[in-house]
Amino acid sequence: MLKTFPVGGVHPPENKFSAGKAIETLPLPKTVTIPAGQHIGAPTQVLVKKGDTVKVGQIIAKASGFVSANIHSSVSGTVAKVDEIFDSSGYRKPSIVINVEGDEWMEDIDTSDTLIKDIKLSQNDIVKKVSEMGIVGLGGATFPTHVKLSIPDGKKAEYLIINAVECEPYLTADHQLMMEKGEEIMVGVSILMKAINVSKAIIGIENNKPNAIQHLTSLAGKYQGIKVEALKVQYPQGGEKQLIKALINREVPSGGLPLDVNCVVQNVGTAFAVYEAIQKNKPLIERIVSVTGKSVSKPSNFKARIGVSADMLIEAAGGLPSDTGKVVNGGPMMGKALGRTDVPVTKGTSGILIFKEEEASRKTIQPCIRCAKCVSVCPMGLEPYLLMTVAQKGNFERVETERAMDCIECGSCSYTCPSTRPLLDYIRLGKFEVGKMIRARNQR
Amino acid sequence: MSDVILYTIIILTAIGFIAAVILYFVAQKFKVIEDPRIDEVEAALPNANCGGCGFPGCRAFAETCCKAESLDGLFCPPGGSDTMKSVASILGMEAAEKEPQVAVLRCNGSPQNRNRTNAYDGAENCTIAANLYGGDTDCTHGCLGLGECVDACGFDAMYMDPETGLPVIIEDMCTACGACVTACPKDLIELRNKGKKSKRIYVACMNTDKGGPAKKACDVACIGCSKCFKECKYDAIVMANNKAYIDFNKCVLCRACVAVCPTNAIHEINFPARKVKPVAEEKPASNNIEAKVDLIEKAKENENNTSSNEDNKE
Repeated sequence: MLKTFPVGGVHPPENKFSAGKAIETLPLPKTVTIPAGQHIGAPTQVLVKKGDTVKVGQIIAKASGFVSANIHSSVSGTVAKVDEIFDSSGYRKPSIVINVEGDEWMEDIDTSDTLIKDIKLSQNDIVKKVSEMGIVGLGGATFPTHVKLSIPDGKKAEYLIINAVECEPYLTADHQLMMEKGEEIMVGVSILMKAINVSKAIIGIENNKPNAIQHLTSLAGKYQGIKVEALKVQYPQGGEKQLIKALINREVPSGGLPLDVNCVVQNVGTAFAVYEAIQKNKPLIERIVSVTGKSVSKPSNFKARIGVSADMLIEAAGGLPSDTGKVVNGGPMMGKALGRTDVPVTKGTSGILIFKEEEASRKTIQPCIRCAKCVSVCPMGLEPYLLMTVAQKGNFERVETERAMDCIECGSCSYTCPSTRPLLDYIRLGKFEVGKMIRARNQR
Repeated sequence: MSDVILYTIIILTAIGFIAAVILYFVAQKFKVIEDPRIDEVEAALPNANCGGCGFPGCRAFAETCCKAESLDGLFCPPGGSDTMKSVASILGMEAAEKEPQVAVLRCNGSPQNRNRTNAYDGAENCTIAANLYGGDTDCTHGCLGLGECVDACGFDAMYMDPETGLPVIIEDMCTACGACVTACPKDLIELRNKGKKSKRIYVACMNTDKGGPAKKACDVACIGCSKCFKECKYDAIVMANNKAYIDFNKCVLCRACVAVCPTNAIHEINFPARKVKPVAEEKPASNNIEAKVDLIEKAKENENNTSSNEDNKE
């Protein structure tokens, strides 16, 4: 029997229309808009000003603090302006607009395709380099990778877990990356293993990608300590707590981190980015983005430079269908609807998903019928119906004691609710208010 | 037979008497000595338990008043100065004088003034929407129109205007408790002095974007042009973050700023209509209660209509 996590979970229709579509490199745009904050953590400090010329890979915004990530120019050209521009959050955020002129890369970046297997850097140098190259978790949460690789004193990692689950329906960016860049990913995993000094790495892949499992398993034989494990298809297996439970049957304590059970989880896309950063000296300036949806005429996987407008990706996939109801940044379960499509692709954009009108709109909210389906699908063992009610009533102390902060916002509860209640919306409200309460408490 | 009844009565009477004696001594022993003035002060308060004073309910406020050495910093917004005077007379202290205040909405982004660029169909809650994204227009600072302030109002002093999609504050019913101020995630509602004869002037915009994008997003946005700032002779206007703010303590209600505002972002309330150039952006001078009641009823009717329409669809 295939492994999976034991509590909750759903299995929405997979709809992987862009599966097997070779990664296309998106042509260079005329301008890019690079938001100065593309990660979780402290904002960056912009280093360029209007009129500066930049090269591909040049650092344009510097991390401020430890939990922060550098930002590099993804194109060469002139800085048109540094201004507040709408990004995928729906707010105006400080961004750097660059007019593209040619494609001139920094001299020290190796742009060839040759595979470099030798890892020359030492453990500390790897972490330092990852931090310099602005690598963040590419699964969507965009947590700075070097923070996860810096193991604090007294803690020890035993396993490196590579998240190649891609449990979100529709998305295929990681799948395609594994098929085309398997060898590079293996080297990337080896680098990550060296960085956190572990001898065992497990790559978890869901069983709906048999060719990727086969491909990586055949490659893994050549690398020491790397194992590929097939998993039962179950959403949200890509949540790190769920993945750890599924693969090595350890439970991350409430409020704890994977390191508490001696694990470090990295996304497979991150492993590839780390390979490029360490072996090719290439900062995180492009990523794979799936553009997909039921009425998209050409569902595709694109290699896009950071800062390219989502419009351009949609255009390249055959244009916005006439029956579009919603454009989502990310997957259908955890992705966020975009208020506008002229927003830039950032480090966290794993897909652009286009919903038809009839799929997009929410249904009428009906009263809770106490069926407890939300309870049975919650992968964290919470009671979503209760959390919603107490959050709605403003009883945020209760929201906290009912462990809302453990919610991973996977959306399984809202997905499964037969009364189409906005469970996750209110849980998020509860988490927001509890977060405020906790911060106020810590200040005192 | 009669014996049984007799014994029962005697035993029950005895138990009752013993219990009464025990309870009497226990009550004496564990007597809570409470300041009798607390009850008096509480009776003088409005007893709306709105929390506007910053304490959890009127009783807690009354207790604090009785313990306090002076009434400085203690104020009951719904009761106003009159209530505080009676509280002060009970306690034999000086009452703090405060001008009556009223809540004002610093946004005028009705659909006529602000184009909708997308549609929101998530949970009907302003905080949820604000955490998700900037809003259904290009202005990320304006009213989301989901009515969290109306829900927060404990005095029925607010309603959503179905035409503008904005909340309306009924001046005569607003007690300036500040519940709506804390409820609004965009910080659009401010408590301002009611002003002489309820006349007020304020900037009805909180957009901190630069002039260009602000004006593009909303016709009546404050674009931070500083014209009002230059016009004001009383230093009442502060320019910060690309917008103007009128200090109600310094404003003398001369209306000079209203006349020069190029976007009609400055509102004047309860002033007589101007002879030369009437201000187009003035909200309907709905000072008489009947008009307001009409509006509320209209809103309710509309709500009913829409909901019944939805029912029909199903």
